[in-house]
Order: sequence, then structure tokens, then C-alpha cells
Amino acid sequence: MPYMPRQFEAIIPPLEQLNGHEKAKIVVVGAGPIGLALALDLGLRGHQVVVITRNTSLSEGSRALCYAKRPLEVLDRLGIAEKMLDKGVSWNVGRVFFKQRKDPVYSFDLLPIRDQKMPAMINIQQYYNEEYSIEALAELDNVEIRWGNELVDLEQTGQQILAKVVSQSGGYTIMADWLVACDGSSSPTRKMLKLNFEGETFQDNFLIADVKFEKEYPTERHFWFDPPFNPSQSVLLHKQPDNVWRIDFQIGWEIDRAEVVKPENVAPRIKAIFGDDIVFTFEWISVYTFNCRQIEKMVDDRVIFAGDSAHLVSPFGARGANTGFQDIDNLGWKLSLIIQGKAKKDLLESYNEERLLAAEVNILNSTRSTDFITPKSKVSTKFRDAVLQLSTTHEFARGFVNSGRLSTPVPYPDSSLNTPDYDQWKGGISPGFNCLDAPVKLNHSDGWLLNQLGWDFCLLVISPLYHEFNRQEINNEIEKIRTVTLKIVWVCDKKNLDDEVLIDERQLVAKRYDCQQGGIYLIRPDQYVAARWKKFDPKKIHIALNRSLGVRDNEPK
Amino acid sequence: MSLNNLQLDANISDYDAVYQLIIDMHKGLNDEESQLANAKLILTLANHIGSTQILSQATLLVRQNTISWRDEE
Repeated sequence: MPYMPRQFEAIIPPLEQLNGHEKAKIVVVGAGPIGLALALDLGLRGHQVVVITRNTSLSEGSRALCYAKRPLEVLDRLGIAEKMLDKGVSWNVGRVFFKQRKDPVYSFDLLPIRDQKMPAMINIQQYYNEEYSIEALAELDNVEIRWGNELVDLEQTGQQILAKVVSQSGGYTIMADWLVACDGSSSPTRKMLKLNFEGETFQDNFLIADVKFEKEYPTERHFWFDPPFNPSQSVLLHKQPDNVWRIDFQIGWEIDRAEVVKPENVAPRIKAIFGDDIVFTFEWISVYTFNCRQIEKMVDDRVIFAGDSAHLVSPFGARGANTGFQDIDNLGWKLSLIIQGKAKKDLLESYNEERLLAAEVNILNSTRSTDFITPKSKVSTKFRDAVLQLSTTHEFARGFVNSGRLSTPVPYPDSSLNTPDYDQWKGGISPGFNCLDAPVKLNHSDGWLLNQLGWDFCLLVISPLYHEFNRQEINNEIEKIRTVTLKIVWVCDKKNLDDEVLIDERQLVAKRYDCQQGGIYLIRPDQYVAARWKKFDPKKIHIALNRSLGVRDNEPK
Repeated sequence: MSLNNLQLDANISDYDAVYQLIIDMHKGLNDEESQLANAKLILTLANHIGSTQILSQATLLVRQNTISWRDEE
């Protein structure tokens, strides 16, 4: 196998740590994509973070391969998305094959997302994401990654966590205020706390082969339903950087795991697709069984779960790491405000509420894809086949074809942090939905709205030419109610002499936020809309801001 | 008639012709093909109707009616 994951020296903590009790604000368990993203988020917010991981290397193999738009926007805030875009590949043409037919039953062009910074998705191996996060973390003095340090036990005292860690030179204890378990699907932390992880194991396995071909192939995604070279099952082919192709074979339940991954047993499967003459080398081969599971609660006192440790879905639709990054986006600001004493611990209830909802939506989507790809009964097989046959000639039927729906951000329309609309809106972005990007100009140079919203709460004031808000008044009034950092972002559709105003030349911000007549959005640090108004009313903003900090209306703040 | 409700009043001018159309659709098809044809007809009409609400009323009605005949079959 040519791919070798990068190795790290195991860290041996200094003797004083081994002897005494070390104190830490935040311990992150796990240095996969999610643990590293959280370390970056909290580290860039200025917090002290200790990451412990029993591993001493990057991801073995490509694993989380597909990164969707919203997670890319989150990674852009963390400063590593541009590197990922440079390295990653995108595909536009997808082809769907069915049974023995040589030609695709249909092909489609993914239309590029217009006028937003991030594309719909890119493919890039997980280890690149990890590598870029590690590079960014190396710049931060307040984050430490301890490779080869394993969490073996933990105790919650109510005020703090006693985390017992074992390193090469012995065990030691960290007294931590918070511990975030990003330790993956078999999460040892979850087991230590004896939390339920309910759901089902699907009686199915997937074989992943990463291969390099000698010849060039077009950058297309191919999906086969029930092909002759893998009867009654599916095969997916898509491209990764470095000219590596990933081929996912659905291989059923009754398998010999050790045998099935041997290169001599995988090679015939590749040849069955591409012909006996195909010249290729293996990069990585792996097999996995998929689960749809969800933890009973994502917050247990001072221990918080994020990523695969909290929820697992089938691989269709790339909902694993993509969901994990959005957990981090939701968690980072809340934990940060609690640590700073600007919000109460209760705010974490909204993390539990919002992200368990996201996990449920993912499980629903993933179950639907599974039902289409591997029908469970004769009648559902007939419907699946009927859809695919109709799709060859009739575009309307293609909407039913479900080979995995790309993950999109889950809205929280009923979140306790939202303030429901008071004014009449014809569109725009309702409370509980995530902000859409749009091009803006700042100081005559091109930029993007989402990059301007920043890391904290933000008041987005959109004032087109014929509806000018009084900036002096808003600045003065907001100053009085600012209990947390609240940035004001001004958007105007005409040239403005003031450097701080974003210019919405093509009025895309006004359109996307239904603010052709002006409007004000209160935006959470994770770029979800908390509340919005047509007119400026500092009292309403104050109440909505408190609400999105987890303070109920009648409580004084 | 509400746009969001399943039409349950008689709504076809020539019932015999419509019935014959459905039966004729299956002419010369084997069992497998007939099942596929039925599924395609449902999918095509579902797309024409387009409303999840109306379709959910129809699926519920059909399911309940079918289950109610269980003991008599």
C-alpha cells in the first residue's frame, strides 16, 4: 500500500504533571477531524485547550472524503478551507447506471452554486483536513496536542472532571472544567459514562478500495444500482486528489472480513468494472459495517459529545464528518461564552436540543437512501426499479433516485434560542435557519458576507438606498445593551464613503435576506439567524439577544 | 373542493373507459412487468399531483381499506 499516514512522536508530559494534578480548562479527547476542529475553534477564541489522543498518526486512509458547503464555510472561519479547496477536487458530472445496461440510465450536471464563496462540495482525503488543522494549531500557543496519551477513566465531581490519562511514561490525572469527547464511533468516553447509543446495525458491509489508475479517467461520479459485477448491490466511484479513485462496493452481510480486504480478492472486483487490461495500484483498502445510532444526550454534566461519538449514519450523503463540523460550529461559541462567564451552563441544553435534532434528520435521510439503494421487500425493489427505468426517458422520475442526498444544514425552527418573527416577511432567512453567503465589496475589494459576520453575535443591518437606517442612533443604542460582543455589520447598495460599510452592488444580500425595503438580522456566532426585524427597536434586540444566550425573557440579565 | 384535500367525490365522466385504460396498460405484460408498470403509473401520477398532503391522504385511505379486508380474505 503506497499511502502511509504521517506519524507523530508520542508526547511524554513533564514530571510535575505526572506527579501532581494538572489543571485544564478544556480537554478534547480525540484528534480526528472533529476534535481538531474544536481545538481550532476554541483555540482561536483564546482558550487553553489540551487535546489528548491515544493515536500517534493521521487518519489511516481517505475515510471522510466529501466536504459539503456548510462544513466548508465552518472550516473557512477556522482558516483552513482555502487550502482544502486548492487541494480538493470537485465533480460536476454524475452518471447513474442500472443493471447490465452499458450506457448510463441518465447523467446530470451539478450546477455550480452561484455567488457564494464555497462550492456545493469537494472531495479530499480526511488526512489532508487533519494535516491542515494541525498546521493551523501549531501557530497557537494555547493549544497542545498530546499524541499517544489515552483517556482511561474519568470521574465527574459536579465542579470538575478528573480525567485519568495514560502516556508512555505512566499515568496522570487532569482536573478539567470541561471535557469534549470527539473520540469517534466506538467512543471510550461514552462507554465510561455508560451512555446509551441506540439505533440499529445494518446487516450490510462496505468495501472501500482507493486505487490509482495508470490511465487518466474523467472526473465524474458513477453510481451503479444492481450492476452485473455486484449483483443486487451498489457500487460508487468518485475521485480524490492525487489521482486516487475511491470505489465503494456494497458487499452484504455474510463476509469474511480478513479475506475480503486482501488485495488479491479486491483486484478481480476492480477488473470486473474496468476490464482485465486495467492497470492500477492500491492506495488503501478497508471494510466497514454501517450503523444508524444516536447517543441519549450530547451533554452529560461537564462532558460533551461531538461527531461520531454522538451519532452515526450510513455513508450515503456524506453525513458523518460533515455533521461533526456543524456540531463544533454550534458548540464552540456556547462553551466559550460559558467559560467566560457570559452565559450560564444551561446554554448547553440548546446544543443538546439542536444537534440531536440534526442527528435525527440525518438518520431519517440516511434510512431513506438505504431503502432506495437496498430495497427491503419485493415491492420496494419493484418501485426502485420502476423509478430507474422511468428515469432513462423521463426527467421527472429522476427526483426519486436516491443514491444519498448531500448533507445540508439542519434548521432549528423551534429552538428555544429563536425569537419568532414579529413583522411580515415574504422570504429571506427565518429564525433558526443558517445565513446564506453573498458577494460584497469592502473598501473597493471583493469579499463575502459570511466572512464579515465574524466569530461573535452580529447585527446585520441591511439598508438599501431608499431606506437608510440612522447609524449614529443604532450605534448608540446598541452600546447600551451590549452584554456580549455584538458586532454591527452594515450593508448598503450604493457607494459609501465610509470604509466600514459593505457594498451590496448586485443587491444579492438584500434579495437573499428579503431586505429590499431594509431590515435588521440578529445572527448567532454560528451564523444561524436568531431574530429579525424590519424596524430598529433596541428593546426587542435586547430581549432577543438574551434569549439566544439562553436567558428567558422574564429573567433579569 | 379544497386544493389540499383528496378528491373523494365521484370525479370521472367515463368510468368504464378509465378502467379499461388501466387494464389495457397490462396487455401482454408478464407478472413482473405488470408490477413494474403499476409502480410506474403510481409514480407518474404522484408527480402529476405533486402534493405530499394529498398523496398521504390517499396512501392512508388505501392502506386502511386493505387492512380492513384482511380477516375476510
